[in-house]
Amino acid sequence: MSAGSIPSGAQIRDPGYPTHSENYLTNSKGIMSWIFTLDHKRIGVMYLIGVTCAFAFAGLLALAIRLHLLSPDGAMFKGENANNIYNQVFTLHGAVMVFLFIIPSIPAALGNFLVPVMLGAKDVAFPRLNLCSFYLWMIGAVFFLMALLGSQLDTGWTFYTPYSTTTDTSVIAATMGAFILGFSSIFTGLNFIVTINTMRPPGMTWFRMPLFLWATYATSIIQVLATPVLGITLLLLIAERTMHIGIFDPEYNGDPVTFQHFFWFYSHPAVYIMILPAFGVISDLISVHSHKRIFGYRFIAYSSIAIALLGFLVWGHHMFTAGMSSLTTIIFSALTFTVSVPSAIKVFNWLATMYKGSISLTTPMCYAISFIFLFTIGGLTGLHLGTLATDLHLHDTYFVVAHFHYVMVGGTLVAFIGGVFHWWPKMFGKMYSELFGRLSCLIVFLGFNLTFLPQFVLGSRGMPRRYATYDPEFQSLHVMSTYGALLLGVGLTVALFTLLYSLIWGKRAPANPWGGATLEWHCTSPPPFYNFERAPSVGDPYEFGNVEWDSEDERYVSTEPERKLVPDEQPSEVPAH
Amino acid sequence: MAGEETNSGGDHDHDHDHDHPPFLAHHFDTPEQQFDSGKLGIWLFLVTEILFFGGMFCAYAIFRMLRPEVFEGCSQFLNTKLGAINTGVLLFSSLTMAWAVRCSQTEEHKKLTGMLAATLSCAMIFLGVKAIEYSHKWHMGLLPAGLFSYDPNHPHHEGGPNYLLWICMPFILIAIGTILWLVISLIRGNKFHIACAKPLTVVALSFFAGVGLGTYLESGGSESHAVAGAHADGDHASGEHAGDDAHDHDGDHADHDHAHSSAAQLAMEDSGDLDVLEHLASDATNTGLKDDVAARVRQSEEASGSFAYNTSDDAANTINDVEREFLTPSRAGVFFSIYYCMTGVHAIHILAGIAVLVWLLIRSVRQDFNRQYFGPVDYVGLYWHLVDLIWIYLFPLLYLIR
Repeated sequence: MSAGSIPSGAQIRDPGYPTHSENYLTNSKGIMSWIFTLDHKRIGVMYLIGVTCAFAFAGLLALAIRLHLLSPDGAMFKGENANNIYNQVFTLHGAVMVFLFIIPSIPAALGNFLVPVMLGAKDVAFPRLNLCSFYLWMIGAVFFLMALLGSQLDTGWTFYTPYSTTTDTSVIAATMGAFILGFSSIFTGLNFIVTINTMRPPGMTWFRMPLFLWATYATSIIQVLATPVLGITLLLLIAERTMHIGIFDPEYNGDPVTFQHFFWFYSHPAVYIMILPAFGVISDLISVHSHKRIFGYRFIAYSSIAIALLGFLVWGHHMFTAGMSSLTTIIFSALTFTVSVPSAIKVFNWLATMYKGSISLTTPMCYAISFIFLFTIGGLTGLHLGTLATDLHLHDTYFVVAHFHYVMVGGTLVAFIGGVFHWWPKMFGKMYSELFGRLSCLIVFLGFNLTFLPQFVLGSRGMPRRYATYDPEFQSLHVMSTYGALLLGVGLTVALFTLLYSLIWGKRAPANPWGGATLEWHCTSPPPFYNFERAPSVGDPYEFGNVEWDSEDERYVSTEPERKLVPDEQPSEVPAH
Repeated sequence: MAGEETNSGGDHDHDHDHDHPPFLAHHFDTPEQQFDSGKLGIWLFLVTEILFFGGMFCAYAIFRMLRPEVFEGCSQFLNTKLGAINTGVLLFSSLTMAWAVRCSQTEEHKKLTGMLAATLSCAMIFLGVKAIEYSHKWHMGLLPAGLFSYDPNHPHHEGGPNYLLWICMPFILIAIGTILWLVISLIRGNKFHIACAKPLTVVALSFFAGVGLGTYLESGGSESHAVAGAHADGDHASGEHAGDDAHDHDGDHADHDHAHSSAAQLAMEDSGDLDVLEHLASDATNTGLKDDVAARVRQSEEASGSFAYNTSDDAANTINDVEREFLTPSRAGVFFSIYYCMTGVHAIHILAGIAVLVWLLIRSVRQDFNRQYFGPVDYVGLYWHLVDLIWIYLFPLLYLIR
């Protein structure tokens, strides 16, 4: 274990601090060096800023929704148009959160920064394609802004036909945005698959890869296989609106349920695009902060792949009430249950990793533990929705809303924040205040549960989702939920300011502040622009036996036991023959 | 000894990193690693392309299953000759593309440029033929459901915009541009520019060869072939074919009637089997057969003209008093929607292919490729074969289903 002190005589290996000209943040100057950068780390940082802005924007919209629901007749938006505005606000909240925040959050922001460093490569396989993905993300975001500033959007983030082909709002701008964001996502996924397949240095075998890389690999498979189907669906939707091609529009003999099938064929796997990287982050966080080898490495690795593949077979469970044959619904329901098996394997392994570990309750670990709580609740309530009989009752109620927020916010967002706290010292070379970090985690955990636990109750009592007004009997629960949302907002703000504060006043971070054994902790904080001068020597990513706490400098170092070297035999001056 | 020294001196000239040839990106260790990465990347990209088209093939399957008669009927409007010639052109372009990859590996730079130019010319001919097909159908109002305005009694709309000219316009501009480029570079005597502009001028002009070929086949097909083939479009056929016009109209109607009666006949011939099928379908579990029998009954009713009201529970037929004729926007229109979506997206891929091939051609003139570095040619080749392959599926699915 790492809690001990450094054995005397052991050799210490620590990369020290980067020089000004090595540090990837400062090695070249000027705004142009960022705009045209091909460095995966800088692109990751730009993504991080971008998704944070998108999240802040969509989060404010969420607060507006919750404030509106304070009173049964609507408290926030007034006037004749109140319900329309409400529709537009929840649509944009959903669309921006899904397409601009959750999907790129961990894979694009953290993934871009970490994948090559964890792998021991100099960069991703296609750096220019990587930059191109980022700008496609920006262009997609601009299209969403156009939809917002134009005639808004009120279809819900799913763009269901026939409403989306008849409404006057800017469906085309938004779908075009989503189409472009799809390409951004495809290129990122493609880049990571190729990077992981071909850029591994000698010694980095598949089963020496950190679990974050396995999760990213599984995510990338989904991104590459599912997103093109969304692309063509949205393209056909645009054609439907402009030319009335009659594929989805019942007015011209089209079939709106076909749209739902096409849409969910992408969007269900997309749910796993959102959660799988979070699994990867949590696997690393739990192991590093428990200072204990991850339990069941291969099971976690394979279960990521299993989820990615099974995720393609279950899209029908979004459509149990949409008019499928009863046989089809039964098959989809049964397949849905199979996905819970690999997810449960992961939760079990995380708990088994913590068991008898020497847990440091650092900020990232606090987030990781709250992830396990929240994701478990989210996952188990998913079973209620996968069961046909209960889903017919719960479909399109707040129960669904609560379920997927437990997975997407309680799961992905919490893991994302945990991951950002975990790798923040590596990204920017600064330590943040542990006190405020832990405080933010506590507030987020409480605020989140206060927001969404009441929604389970609301849903099971029959409160339909997406309604701007409701029966007065639901008011007390709605009020609880709204106060919870405000508290959640406070918690996230504390987290943001803790991090921003550290950028300026934070202590300088050592190369290995947590005692991690994966490769990113072997280079300086922040890493040099070339990552590794020569291909690093790759060890077991979860072997903490040689990672020791150096209490003098408050850092972890990797040690090598003292070795007695056999003295070199002096080669004789004169050749033997 | 001296030779070695000059060699190493040359190496030191361009780089301190003597292991890194100029074509090797900084983050790769070896040319093999770079090639393997690119190869895996392009294959993954092709997978996404297949899934992208997969959505449309799926839509095709669903709607053909729902209304086979519409697909069969409407397919008659597509000119098989034009489709076949385009298939041949694309297959030939795949050959020249594969040959180009070989030339890049053997460092035959001149031949490589020639092969790329041949591939590009084939792509342009394909687009030229496609322009004839599209403009012709637009002129007749054979458009996606929302815009469908075909009238069997007056297949030729009077007036209307000259679609062919509009499609050709960008290509005319491109042709003029390349010719100007060629002339200017000839005057200036810039060898590199001449070497680029020469093949590209041929490529740009190939589009018009395609248009000519299409026009010829379109008019030549009128006697023997499909309905759509019967119309010599006045816009591009101008004087030569004006005389045929009257004749064409008659031909149309005959073909139409034929199409209808053949469907009826088919139903009649099957009526013997119908009894057997009905018996089999009485088994409650045999739902597929039941649907089949229902469809046949409906089809024969329709063919005999006794059909008045649709009593089936087919969700799409809720408006019962609509005349059951497939040449309506909501029936034929959907076929043409799928036709335009699939061939249109395919044409966009051809355009994208043309763009990357032009880039390759310019690089091949610059002699960028050698036996260690031919990745880009290989990758574009794979992409081109896929685009070709998709057409190989589109052609029978859309043109050859009668």
